[in-house]
Amino acid sequence: MELSVRGNRMFAYTGGRPFDRALPCVVFVHGAQHDHSVWILQSRYLAHHGHGVLALDLPAHGRSSGAPLASIEAIADWVVAVLDAAGVGEAALVGHSMGSLVALDCAARHPARVRRIALLGAAFPMRVSDELLAATRDDEPRAQAMVNVWSHSAYAHYPSNPGPGFWVHGEDLRLMQRQRPGVMYVDFKACNDYAAGADRAAQVACPALFILGRRDLMTPLRAGRALAASIKGARVVELPCGHNAMAEEPDRVLDALAEFLREPARPAT
Amino acid sequence: MPQPSPLRFDSLSLHAGQAPDPHTGARATPIYQTTSFVFRDTDHAAALFNMERAGHVYSRISNPTNAVLEERMAALEGGVAGLAVASGQAALHLGLATLAGAGSHVVASRALYGGSHNLLAYTLPRFGIETTFVNPRDLDAWRSAIRPNTKCLFGETLGNPGLDVLDIPAVAEIAHAHRIPLFVDATFTTPYLQRPFELGADLLFHSATKFLGGHGIAIGGVLVDGGTFDWEASGKFPELTEPYAGFHGMDFQEESTVAAFSLRARREGLRDFGACMSPTTAFHILQGLETLPLRMERHVANTRAVVAFLRAHPAVESIAYPELPDHPDHALARRLLPRGCGAVFSFTIKGGRPAGRRFIESLTLFSHLANVGDAKSLVIHPATTTHFRMDDAALAAAGIGPGTIRLSIGLEDPQDLIDDLGRALRAAQKG
Repeated sequence: MELSVRGNRMFAYTGGRPFDRALPCVVFVHGAQHDHSVWILQSRYLAHHGHGVLALDLPAHGRSSGAPLASIEAIADWVVAVLDAAGVGEAALVGHSMGSLVALDCAARHPARVRRIALLGAAFPMRVSDELLAATRDDEPRAQAMVNVWSHSAYAHYPSNPGPGFWVHGEDLRLMQRQRPGVMYVDFKACNDYAAGADRAAQVACPALFILGRRDLMTPLRAGRALAASIKGARVVELPCGHNAMAEEPDRVLDALAEFLREPARPAT
Repeated sequence: MPQPSPLRFDSLSLHAGQAPDPHTGARATPIYQTTSFVFRDTDHAAALFNMERAGHVYSRISNPTNAVLEERMAALEGGVAGLAVASGQAALHLGLATLAGAGSHVVASRALYGGSHNLLAYTLPRFGIETTFVNPRDLDAWRSAIRPNTKCLFGETLGNPGLDVLDIPAVAEIAHAHRIPLFVDATFTTPYLQRPFELGADLLFHSATKFLGGHGIAIGGVLVDGGTFDWEASGKFPELTEPYAGFHGMDFQEESTVAAFSLRARREGLRDFGACMSPTTAFHILQGLETLPLRMERHVANTRAVVAFLRAHPAVESIAYPELPDHPDHALARRLLPRGCGAVFSFTIKGGRPAGRRFIESLTLFSHLANVGDAKSLVIHPATTTHFRMDDAALAAAGIGPGTIRLSIGLEDPQDLIDDLGRALRAAQKG
């Protein structure tokens, strides 16, 4: 569905069903240089299992217009503006990589709007190597090739994503190639520059789930564990995959998310 | 710490899409010879049917052995998805039927395999899909044949029978200027000799029966989606960008930004047309694919040796092979096919039909049959077999002379092939 947010048209995939704001809302936030389609199985399942789903295309990504937002805080505020535009009071936020920082920041600064957070491929700090950051600015094809190889832990995926016969590496590369020129640098710089992660993690009061890849080369497991340890009560699910967990382990990611979203809210203390 | 690098072509030929079986430890790809797959529970079943979870339901739609072949071919071609089907002909049909319907139009090269020509010229018109055939070397002809209802441009990477080299970058540019994809038959080149997506093509298929398998024991086809074409931006493919009543109102482009074509081809085409590949066939093709780089290198080396021999032989009138300077696409071949122009070519023997017949019957190592791309060398004389009803004028219009011989060069010792050809050429001239 399309919404107007701050004067710009934005797109959200609603899981193959019309969005129903009366249902518990789950908002999916993709990572750098991606769009809503990275969540396709998980978002479609939840939309058909009692949730109102908004899998966002961030500004300048996928079908959403506008300029890319230059900081994690700006994206977090924009997500709240999307909730306003959709008439949603509070939502569970599920974020991947850059999107995980957005979910973290949003939960800390807008606690009344965030019911719970699930962070995939998360780490803080989310530093980007000088070489990669320079490539995102000066040589996008090279940067995309680097990210593509670092995001995957295997050359065979069962049952693949979104199904058998689909080549996960190829889809990820093409999706990065499909984004607009200049977006990649803005995204990666936003991750690299985000400095408030530790403070925000300490502020998070809602239930938090971390889904981490044991062979993640983009956001290493130990960094994800450390971030999880800084959020009170956060749960960690570790999967035998790399950074692109939604595509490498679609079923296990979905199972972890579905279970987490079924749990009753943590009682206020 | 050294930076990780992606697997290269030869390694992908062996590993893409398959790892040791986690349950049994089997290193080779198991043959999952089963029609159907048990659901974990009713919710799992419903989720699989509604594409909320990935997995296998029924082997007409997907199968674990076939998936290895599909993903490996997508990896080798640099695409996003593959679909293994019953034959190359089924792959062509699935590709066209996913893009086009009644009232649609295709622009195709006129230098096509006879089966492809039959489908486009005679059969698809019965279903409302018309085709305009053009000289593949005439870029203006491609351009001027496009109509508002044209759904794709289609050609062979190396055309039949004269090995016309398709100028993929130029034809793709024409296609994209009209917001339609370029679809190619890459059977003769294989991804070892050319990767059409890197040159601008959007969709391709192979008759896997030929070089991919290489053993001549299994019929199959593979359709590969490059993931490059933006169906939404095109605005000409509502089948991919608007809700489809046949699958719960699914909008395939919303579901997958880069693989909408493959989703529809599998969810509609394999489901409804049903031209699926047997898992055992997929296994057979995979065995060939593992050695594709080695075999293609040898195929090309042997072909070069045979071409050089024939070129110097007094009984040979002409040879159509793009690596030769007198071939009309020689310069293009040097640019687009630097690793070689494949192992299938035609030459013309002096003496017309009678000489052609005597030549074929004198060969002992070459097998006289209607196939190409086998590990064993093959030969056919079109004027006395596939085109025997045509007179010389009709043959000429098809680019075939009465003395035209088509060879598919195999993996034997090249000197043995040359010896066999030399004996047969001498015999042919004695009649």
